Parts: sequence; structure tokens; C-alpha cells
Amino acid sequence: MSAVPKPGAPQTQPEKCVTTPSGIKVPVVVTREMAGDPDPGLPATYPFTRGIFADGYRGRPWTIRQYSGFGSAEESNQRYRFLLDQGQTGLSVALDLPTQCGYDPDDPMARPEIGKVGVSLFSLSEMETLFAGIDLGAISTSFTINGTAAIIYAMYLAAADKQGVAREKLTGTIQNDILKEYVARGTWIFPVRPSLRLIADSVLYSNEVSPRFNAISIAGAHVRDAGCTAIEEMAYTLANGLAYVDELIRRGGDVTKFARRLSFFFYTHMDLFEEAAKFRAGRRLWAKLLRERYGVTDDKALHFRFGVVCGGSSLVAAQPYNNIVRVAIENMAAVLGGAQSIFTCAYDEAFQIPTEFSAEIAVRTQQIVQHESGVAATVDPLGGSYYVEWLTDQMEKGMLEVMGEIDAYGGVVKAIEDGWLQRRIAVRAMQKKDATDKGERVVVGQNKFRREAQADSYGEVFRLDPQISARVLVKHAELKRNRDTARVERSLAALEAAAATDTHNLMPLLVECCHAYATVGEMVERMKRCWGEFQEPVRL
Amino acid sequence: MSSVVGTRPLAGKRILIAKPGLDGHDSGAKVIALALRDAGAEVIYTGLRKSPEFIVRVALDEDVSAVGLSILSGSHKELAREVLDGLRAAGVGDIPVFVGGTIPPEDAAGLLAAGVKGVFTNDMSLVQMIEQLARVLA
Repeated sequence: MSAVPKPGAPQTQPEKCVTTPSGIKVPVVVTREMAGDPDPGLPATYPFTRGIFADGYRGRPWTIRQYSGFGSAEESNQRYRFLLDQGQTGLSVALDLPTQCGYDPDDPMARPEIGKVGVSLFSLSEMETLFAGIDLGAISTSFTINGTAAIIYAMYLAAADKQGVAREKLTGTIQNDILKEYVARGTWIFPVRPSLRLIADSVLYSNEVSPRFNAISIAGAHVRDAGCTAIEEMAYTLANGLAYVDELIRRGGDVTKFARRLSFFFYTHMDLFEEAAKFRAGRRLWAKLLRERYGVTDDKALHFRFGVVCGGSSLVAAQPYNNIVRVAIENMAAVLGGAQSIFTCAYDEAFQIPTEFSAEIAVRTQQIVQHESGVAATVDPLGGSYYVEWLTDQMEKGMLEVMGEIDAYGGVVKAIEDGWLQRRIAVRAMQKKDATDKGERVVVGQNKFRREAQADSYGEVFRLDPQISARVLVKHAELKRNRDTARVERSLAALEAAAATDTHNLMPLLVECCHAYATVGEMVERMKRCWGEFQEPVRL
Repeated sequence: MSSVVGTRPLAGKRILIAKPGLDGHDSGAKVIALALRDAGAEVIYTGLRKSPEFIVRVALDEDVSAVGLSILSGSHKELAREVLDGLRAAGVGDIPVFVGGTIPPEDAAGLLAAGVKGVFTNDMSLVQMIEQLARVLA
């Protein structure tokens, strides 16, 4: 069928042909003529190929932001304090799946998953504990949260209220990118249309009450890790970004204002130059799209600000210490691409939640790149390289082609509702697995230079306290006994009534629900009554 | 197309690929489903976020030869046990259950001891997995 992505360019000289992971055929050498006598211009100048800041990382180093969280709020609070003590400069909260999918801990679907892949935050009580002793006015916090993003953002505002921190001082990000959840990652709850409404509500509200907070981080990371190429990662993400822009404009938002608070999030995998070129091309293309399609001229609104994660599926369980080297190379690529914040995976994340030991090495990796490698000394050190400028052009061209295919299908929302995009990713994942099995894609220690005789050393094993689930359930039961039930019911009823209309911004009502200590599951249940649930299109 | 195409060692088998629990990582499940189909099997894929009860019911209704559970959230022990217990309670404890995902080696041993017939992780090739499946289902 036509939905199957085209493989890379045909190889005329198979023995000599080298392609990037996206399938771009790499010349043996790139000359000035081949690169089109490149002059990428200056940083902080449209179209921002060389970056959005004139002084690069000198004015402001990237934020070292390690995704972390597990168990109950108490355990995660301890881990955060440890990471801050090690010199981490921002927090990134991993939430458990019940919180992400909108179930209270006592729901049968939730019980086996409590605290497993992140921290359980079933109500404001838990968020108060999570940030105990951490001044929300002084730290920027990122939440990888989507299906329940509006609720978690409301909870963060309520937590700031409780700490006495003014909302306009808050900095940080909620991921709040539901479109990619339907394609990969899978923590959707509601159908596409009401989910878009909830995103518009939170972004528009945030622009007013917490103007320094990024209420959305449009993410390509997860589709990338699910199997697609670097070109597709950027293309799908920019397509989703444009869908959000359209929705926000439809809701009356001023694009020059809200575009200043859109941010992005990507994976950095192993091909150093392709990854750096991906970010340079994406940054340029986003600025062009906003300017050409929406007439945006304000520089700050055109700025493509992004965070990255290094690791993910590029890490393997075979000889796991090799992953430290992979992450260091990916970290370099992200810096050469001009990332604003970076999360480096720990070497053991291919198979477990990192231990304190492995988490520390991941932070140290970034500090070595930042303070020893010299890579951050000058802005866009790859700028003007024949190969990198040529590759940046090739990547941009490829991205536009993929975006054109989505447009031709009928747009990204339709492509997702029909399962068309999901199928494209699955086919790509199959191709990648097959190339790995055949050894065409080399993974050192796994399919090449593998030492069969020697058992892999996994180092220290992380074990979640098995009592955590029981403790969370006790706290949840206590909360429900001790709160003002009349206030809870009042706030939930108001939420449900407003959700049933198309016009109310739900954010103030969600903040009140949080202050009343309504639970995530209760809020989601009221919205489900109005909107139903997403029905996953399963197409293989 | 994967390297298993053409051999069809699983022709005539009906295999359920299921995502129990709340884990949203479905790339592995879909790759396996596509590979099993290339190997000749008829594949039923549940989609995300299914309860163990639901999975047992589908296994019964569809009269499957095997059940594959894909779990990357760390909840493999609990969820695999619930599916195994459910199949036994329904009188079809002989349907072989396989588990794939992010499974630490020592947990793999525990799953096998609990009655799981095979544990598949990312560093195995599709050919290896299908050969093992074909042996168990022969």
C-alpha cells in the first residue's frame, strides 16, 4: 500500500555506498560546489540555521535535565535532592503510568503499575511532598505528561500557590503533546478533538498566568524511538506543531504571542552529523513555516527552542557499559545542533530504572562535554562545513517531502485518527529490526564484536521497594477520608459542566479541583463522561 | 519484509499478541506481529492497555495457539502471572504464553519458572524468536 515509507535511495555501487540512518547517500567527500558555496549566515538571525542566540552557550549553557522519578513522592523527592546536589540545573519529572493514563492507584488497571516507571502523583498532596524543600520559584521543572497534562499543570500551579510562589515566576515545561501519544508512547485518554481543546485551554491559560512556562513541548522523541528516521522524526513533529498552531489560532490565540512559548523535544541517536544537521534543518524549517504560512516576523516567536534526550533505543542491554560512550557521542551531537536542554540516559536504562551510580555518570557525561570538551566555546562550530551544510539541506528537503505526504493524505489529525501514521512507524520499526538482525545496522557488542562466552555484566541492579504500591494505596485512602468532600464534589461538578460545553477554558476549574484535593482519576472520569475515550485504530 | 519471509514455520497457527497493563510502548509488539505474519501465522493484536481478563477472554474466543505478552513498564511479573492464572482458571492452561519486552535476566528466570514458555528481549533476532516459537508450537 502507498502508506509504506520508501526505502533509502537506490544504491548504484553497493560496495561503496554509505548512507545515513535516514537513507541519505553520503558522498566520499563534499566539495564547496556540491554544498552550493554555503553561507549559513549568523546565529540569532533568520532563518536561525546557526542557532537562536548570538552568543550560543556562552550566555547560557544548556540545562542539564535528567528525567527521573519513581515510587512515591517521598522517594522521588530524595532522588531530586540528590541530583540537584550533583549540579543538575533543572528537574524533569517522570510520572507513573496510572497518573499518565488518568487512573487512581486503587483502580484494577493501575495496581500493577504504581510507581514503576515514574512517581505516583494522584493528587496535590503528593505534589506537595514531591517538591518539599525545593523552591518552585527558583527551579525549572519539566513534566513528561500528556493525557493528563492539563491536570498536572493545574496541580503545579496549586503547589506553587501553596508554597507562596507567584505563578508568573514559574518556569518549566509540560509536554502536553497528545498527537504523538496516539502515534507512539500511547498514554492517550480522550478522543483527538477534545484532547486538542484541552491543549489549547492549557496553552492559552498558561500564556496569561505563567508566561515564562512552556505549556507544550512538541515531541518527536517517541516516534523516533518507536522506529522512524531522523528526517521523519522532525517532519512528523513539525506537522504536529502546525496542527497545534492552527488549533490555537482557531481558539483566538495570537500566534506571535503563543509561538514564543512553544518548545520541542527530540531524540538524539548515534549518527553524529545527521543528528546535528537534523536540529539545524528543523530550526530553520520551523522559522520558515511560521513566517511563510502565518506571517510571523517576531524573532522570539520564530525561535525553535528544543530539549533532547540522548540514549533510548540506541542503547542496548548487551555490554551495557558501552552505552556510556554512545550517550557521550549523542550528547556532543545535541550540543552541535544547539539544544537548550539535554537529558542523557544512564547506561542501564536499556533494562531498568537507573541506580544512583549510573544516574551520576549520566550527569557527569554532560558536565564533561560542557566543561572539558570545548564544544560549547563558539557558536555552531560546524557552521560552514561543506558536509554539514550539504547534509542540513538534504535533511530539510527530506522533511518537506514527508510533510507533503502527510498533507496529501489529508493532514496529520486524519492520518492519526485513521492509523495511517501509526502503520508507517510500525513498518519502519520492522525495517530497523531487520537491518539490525542482518548486521546492516551495526550495534557493537550486540550484532558485531559480540563476546558470546562472557556473560554480560549489568552492574548494580535497581530494585523498587515492593512496599511502595501498598504505601501509595494507604496514602490514597487517607486522602479520600480526610479531605473536604463537599468542596471536592462542587469542584468536580463544575468541571464536568464546563467540559460539556465547547467554550469554557477548563484550566481555572482544574486548578480548583486540585486545591480541593480531587484526584487525577476523579477529574479524568468527569471529562470521560463528556467526551468518551479514544478508540485505537489497530492496523497492522 | 523480514528475513523470516518464505520459510513460514508458523503456518496454520493463530497467535495473540497482547499489551497488558498501561504500558504504551507498542513498537516491539507490532514488529513481532508483523514478523509472525511473515512467518505464516495468523496474528491477532489487541492494541494497548488491556486487562489480563480481557486477554484471557480473547485467547479463548479466538482459540489461539499461543499468547505473546509485550511489557516494557517493569510490571511483567504481576501481569504475566495474572494472565497465566486466568488461562488456567478458564481451563486452557496449556496455551503457551510468551513474554517480550524489557525483562532483566533474573526476572526472565522467574517468569520461566512461573510457567512462561519463552522470554524474548530486544537483542534476540526475529529468526531466533520464531524458531523458538515454532519448536514450542510444533
